[in-house]
Amino acid sequence: MTRPPGSERATSTYRPPRDAFWFARTRNYTIFVLRELTSVLVAWTVVFLLLLVGALLNGTFQDFTALAARPWMIAVNVVALVATAFHAVTFLNLAPKATVVRLDGWRVPAWMIQGGNHSAWLALSVLIAYFILRSP
Amino acid sequence: MKRTIEPYLWLLFSGGGVAAALLLPVLVLLFGVLMPLGVIDWPTVAHLRALLDNVLVRLALLVVIVLCLFHAAHRIRFTSEELFGIARYDSLIAVLCYGGAIVGAVTGALLLF
Repeated sequence: MTRPPGSERATSTYRPPRDAFWFARTRNYTIFVLRELTSVLVAWTVVFLLLLVGALLNGTFQDFTALAARPWMIAVNVVALVATAFHAVTFLNLAPKATVVRLDGWRVPAWMIQGGNHSAWLALSVLIAYFILRSP
Repeated sequence: MKRTIEPYLWLLFSGGGVAAALLLPVLVLLFGVLMPLGVIDWPTVAHLRALLDNVLVRLALLVVIVLCLFHAAHRIRFTSEELFGIARYDSLIAVLCYGGAIVGAVTGALLLF
């Protein structure tokens, strides 16, 4: 007796098919995945900085600047800039959810913690840019 | 209770997230975009070498590199598993992700010290 097509699986546990495009179904899912994918560009940025440091220490700085000026490299780094900035905004905004700060029983509101984080981000960025760009 | 390494990995993820958020955007803006485009002149080698000659700068840079790499490894581990539905290979993916972070950390340490 031949089985009708598909019936050989009829008695096994039903498993709903995996939705391969779940991240495209709603806007929140998409933003979530984009936020998580910033980590790839964080890793890339570290590699890029290691290339810079290596070039400085090995005396191949000219080669590094030539590589950095290639159009595709600039394109990658523009994406990395957007991704790291997106990471910074989302990660710094998350802090009050991870840590509740209480002063004498008064709960410090989220906007103050977030504001403090973003101020620190701005201050550190200005400081770093100053040390890199100041004339010797 | 079984002791696991997971809480420490989450700690590195969190610390690396803060380090990456505070420090990476300005560095990639300067070295990756504005200087290659010619908006800002590249600093002289002597100036950048002088910054790196400071042992505190090198130490801070290494800490940032290690934290950011572990942050990225942790996130890439779980994102790849969710995105591609490959969570059943978690141990292999974890070894690949954290292994990559360790390779990068060792490379950075050898470079800087």
